[in-house]
Amino acid sequence: MNMIEGHVAFEPAAGIPVWDIDPYAEEVLLNAEDYYAELRRHGPLVYIPKYSVLACGRYDETREIFSDHTRFVSSRGVGLNDFKYGKPWRAPSIILEVDPPDHTKTRKVMARALSPKAISGLKDAFREAAERIVDGLVAKGSFEAVAELAEAFPVTVFPKALGMVDSDRRRLVDYGAMVFNALGPDNKFRRAAMAQVPDIVPWITAACARDRLTKDGLGALIYGAADDGEVTEEEAAMLVRSFLSAGVDTTVTGIGNALWCLASNPREYDRLKADPALARPCFEEVLRFTSPVHTFARTANQDTEVAGYGIAEGTKILCALASANLDPAKWGDPDIFRIDRKPVGHMAFGAGIHGCVGQNLARLELEIVLSVLAEKVDRIEFDGEPVWRPNNAIHALDRLPLKFVAK
Amino acid sequence: MTNVTFIAHDGTETTIDIANGDNVMRAALANDIDGIVGECGGSMMCATCHCYVDDAWADRVGPRADGEEDMLESAACEVKPTSRLSCQIRIEPELDGLVVHLPESQT
Repeated sequence: MNMIEGHVAFEPAAGIPVWDIDPYAEEVLLNAEDYYAELRRHGPLVYIPKYSVLACGRYDETREIFSDHTRFVSSRGVGLNDFKYGKPWRAPSIILEVDPPDHTKTRKVMARALSPKAISGLKDAFREAAERIVDGLVAKGSFEAVAELAEAFPVTVFPKALGMVDSDRRRLVDYGAMVFNALGPDNKFRRAAMAQVPDIVPWITAACARDRLTKDGLGALIYGAADDGEVTEEEAAMLVRSFLSAGVDTTVTGIGNALWCLASNPREYDRLKADPALARPCFEEVLRFTSPVHTFARTANQDTEVAGYGIAEGTKILCALASANLDPAKWGDPDIFRIDRKPVGHMAFGAGIHGCVGQNLARLELEIVLSVLAEKVDRIEFDGEPVWRPNNAIHALDRLPLKFVAK
Repeated sequence: MTNVTFIAHDGTETTIDIANGDNVMRAALANDIDGIVGECGGSMMCATCHCYVDDAWADRVGPRADGEEDMLESAACEVKPTSRLSCQIRIEPELDGLVVHLPESQT
């Protein structure tokens, strides 16, 4: 068996175009729109020889593959490694890298803790934190928005919501970026992430232990499910850690990307100021337009077919969610950022049974940040060049110098 | 194709043809049925596609999905024994003629 990046190499079925590209090259990750356009132009599926994978970037097929958990499983890893043939760098996630029926059990516990009703009590604390942070930045005028707003807000509210006593901004933010970089090939981004494991993972594990959490947070709800016998104590600890791997860096990215969208589209920001009720749809458009999670993979667990092309069991398929969200066949004018588009069905949170379990919390965080901005900030302006940060699965800003002009 | 009728809170009736295998929420959005929001896109993470299955059909659509009950607690309107998340009702030929009632509000 010839292995590439931890999965079995294969020859594509007849008719599938072959495209010699490295989707994880730094210049591609930094200028992904061109790669996505080319990916969609090639067809519903392309074969990428460098990693011996298929890739899809059109909306219909990306949605089909991503939402069919029977044919395209997650238990064999959502990155390039096939867990059937090798041990992953950490024990597989019991919510992300798992299929039903095991997934159904853990998903239910997480979904209950993160339902709209369960999190509605967090609203006031979130608003208070957003107001305090935005007031400080308005007084300051010029600032670096990734650190001072995009990171500052989630790191202030999220560990507290979880019930964490310990806090370490750098490790909290880097943990997610590390886990997401691990989904890519053995490139410099993945190697740098793996080098961080010995520093970050023991800290996260200790900080998520039952006795390090308050009794009134989301974490306690998960440990409560262990008390009720729904999950084991060890599973509860893993689920609590998954709040941090999936819920911090992603929302940091969402806030940064939202600020970038609004600074780039001042007229859309004017519309938000005129009608702050657009905060929620505005975030949906940010998600569609900048997809914080750009690519996840699935593995074919049987011989099957998509768009008439044969797919063999064991095939890794890169699903370019960000590309599906920019597919003109689906969206008409995908390159226009329009805060009232209401892009129902976008793929930024995934789809189907693995759709982001924290999406209500993400929406609440962004709704509040955007509403507070609309109330207090007259203009959002660039104060220097924004710099993007390449990551094997995340599309995030590294630096965003901004100026807030007070109302 | 299977016919499904939506009855809005104000009594307005709309009947649409839904492809078998699709779910009621997605079909409602594709046909601009007011009264279904479907914010989470069908991942059973919100309760904005809440509907009441007509009494005559309640048994035939089958039981709630695992976890659906928990999410229904977040519904904006009263949850009744016939309450379902429409994203979890998969259309099959046996459901031809299905009638669902929509709540006054989803948010």
